[in-house]
Amino acid sequence: MEKKIRVLVAKPGLDGHDRGAKVIARALRDAGFEVIYTGLRQTPEQIAEAALQEDVNVVAMSILSGAHPHLFPKVVNLLHEKGMKDVLIIGGGVIPEADIPALKEAGIAAVFTPGTNTSDVVDFIKNNVKM
Amino acid sequence: MSNEKIQAEKEKYEASVAKAIARFPERPHLPEQRLYTPLDIKGDDYAEEISFPGVFPYTRGVQPTMYRGRFWTMRMYAGFSTAEESNKRYRLLIENGATGLSCAFDLPTQIGYDSDDPISEGEVGKVGVAIDSLADMEKLFDQIDLGKVSTSMTINAPASVLLAMYIAVAEKQGVSPDQLKGTIQNDILKEYAARGTYIFPPRPSMRLITNIFEYCSKNVPKWNTISISGYHIREAGSTAAQEIAFTIADGIAYVEAAIKAGLNVDDFAGRLSFFWNAHNNVLEEVAKFRASRRIWAKIMRDRFHAEKPKSMMLRFHTQTAGSMLTAQQPDNNIVRVALQTAAAVMGGTQSLHTNSRDEALALPSEASVQIALRTQQIVAYESGLADVIDPLAGSYYVEAMTDRIEKEAMEYIKKIDEMGGAVAAIEKGYIQKEIQDSAYKWQMDVESGARTIVGVNKFQVEEEPPKGLLKVDASVGEKQVKKLHEMKAGRDNEAVKAALADLKKACEDENENLMPHILAAVKTYATLGEICNVMRGVFGEYEAHISL
Repeated sequence: MEKKIRVLVAKPGLDGHDRGAKVIARALRDAGFEVIYTGLRQTPEQIAEAALQEDVNVVAMSILSGAHPHLFPKVVNLLHEKGMKDVLIIGGGVIPEADIPALKEAGIAAVFTPGTNTSDVVDFIKNNVKM
Repeated sequence: MSNEKIQAEKEKYEASVAKAIARFPERPHLPEQRLYTPLDIKGDDYAEEISFPGVFPYTRGVQPTMYRGRFWTMRMYAGFSTAEESNKRYRLLIENGATGLSCAFDLPTQIGYDSDDPISEGEVGKVGVAIDSLADMEKLFDQIDLGKVSTSMTINAPASVLLAMYIAVAEKQGVSPDQLKGTIQNDILKEYAARGTYIFPPRPSMRLITNIFEYCSKNVPKWNTISISGYHIREAGSTAAQEIAFTIADGIAYVEAAIKAGLNVDDFAGRLSFFWNAHNNVLEEVAKFRASRRIWAKIMRDRFHAEKPKSMMLRFHTQTAGSMLTAQQPDNNIVRVALQTAAAVMGGTQSLHTNSRDEALALPSEASVQIALRTQQIVAYESGLADVIDPLAGSYYVEAMTDRIEKEAMEYIKKIDEMGGAVAAIEKGYIQKEIQDSAYKWQMDVESGARTIVGVNKFQVEEEPPKGLLKVDASVGEKQVKKLHEMKAGRDNEAVKAALADLKKACEDENENLMPHILAAVKTYATLGEICNVMRGVFGEYEAHISL
């Protein structure tokens, strides 16, 4: 049997807006992935630790507060420090276009902004995950 | 025309269009009927169900005069970066004709952390203004007369602390608490269900809320002690009927808690206020606002035996739906906001915040905020929508939909009662699950094309990235931390220690009202984080219920 793609959906920072994170989590589950949702207010350390413990292939983070330039790269660094170099890291939320190049530079493979179809996220993961 | 005659005519009409209508493809999400007639509202007793503005059940509005007296309060939610920056924005809004202030606090403030707490990193000053102590609050309201302005504060878990700071700033300005006008959101139940800025578990949270009700009824009588909020429930994805049902269920829980704490319903109920979303479907929203007034009036009279009319009146603030703004072709959002404004006004709101066109992308720029405020002014002064009270009353469709939403909402409320009330329903994850299911359905409908969002899944164009977005200064965190450390070095730390020790003792005694103790603490310049940490120590922290 083919191994299922394992995804950690995470909410770094303090914002409580998780409508998007939950919709994405459910859409990924409906697409046949194993999905773990961290819940709100996770520190970068908690997210990296959960990714390691759950042995996930993908970390999908959502931030709507504007803290993404600070928090997304921090999670990437911690994942790399823990030896998770192959994990696919993606992000989403209210993120201005102008911030995206720096996030990609920092190791976020893709940034999904408002209006994204969940099927685009599913396809991106399928095409880019390393298993 | 008699009902029989109307029925006969209606059947004739239906027969005549049956063939023509079959030629058109069916559009999803339409009301059951294409046409409404007197037959759809024949059950409505005018005196009982609709009546007059300012008269039970207030379907047509809470004041007898409504906008023939004065317009709603045009209240723009604003705040970012430091207290000094936000103070500038507030004064600009007042100069532009805004008639009330509405403070947005950053997330560390909303969750009771100081700006130098490690968990605040990256969040300071981002979604609102950072307030660490009374010193920041003094700067936030510098040169703004708190005896004149009415101020709404979107603050929940630490609402008592921010209210205490506001009272303390006013005292310094020479304004006594009984003159203060404004609102604290103070609605913790929807934080657990939809918005996420909770700190303490439900029990101590409900105590804090009832402490505020009691304190304000005696000392700050013009203050709206809670804004029971459906806005965020709707933003999280609920339907219109769910928005008012879950919110009114929360309202019932607050009233019950206050009565249990020994308060008389008529002593606090008149200061309860509500907060609704103005979504895209104009007529459904108008019906929702009208239904919510009717439901609350009946509940307050029949269930809680309120006697004062004020206790039965559902007064509400409205904000246009942020979640309906699109990042694509953002100028289209101006039109969406104008329609949502029309709904809020025809629904009889007491105050209104209009979102700006660029808010799916960032916090709004000054230019965008001005358009949003002008939208309200155009609706007020030019559109005619505010000329007559409750102008859609008597519309067969709107009255029938008002009845339908009332019925749907009451079914939910009954179900929540059977589960043991809103607190139990939230603890079981029921309300969260209902909201999530609606949110998921909405998204799937957008993706399948069953629901059209202009510019998103239809009528798309290639676009340049938008220009002129507001960017919060990245160094705001450092600046705020520096200010905090300077303030701490200059205050009387012995007084702070004593005030915090006193607060801890008060927290441990369930019968003690915490407000005077919190007020004493903020006056020593004890920080928000210090005060909330004392309460965390006694009350513990809420563990969220996660379900997908």
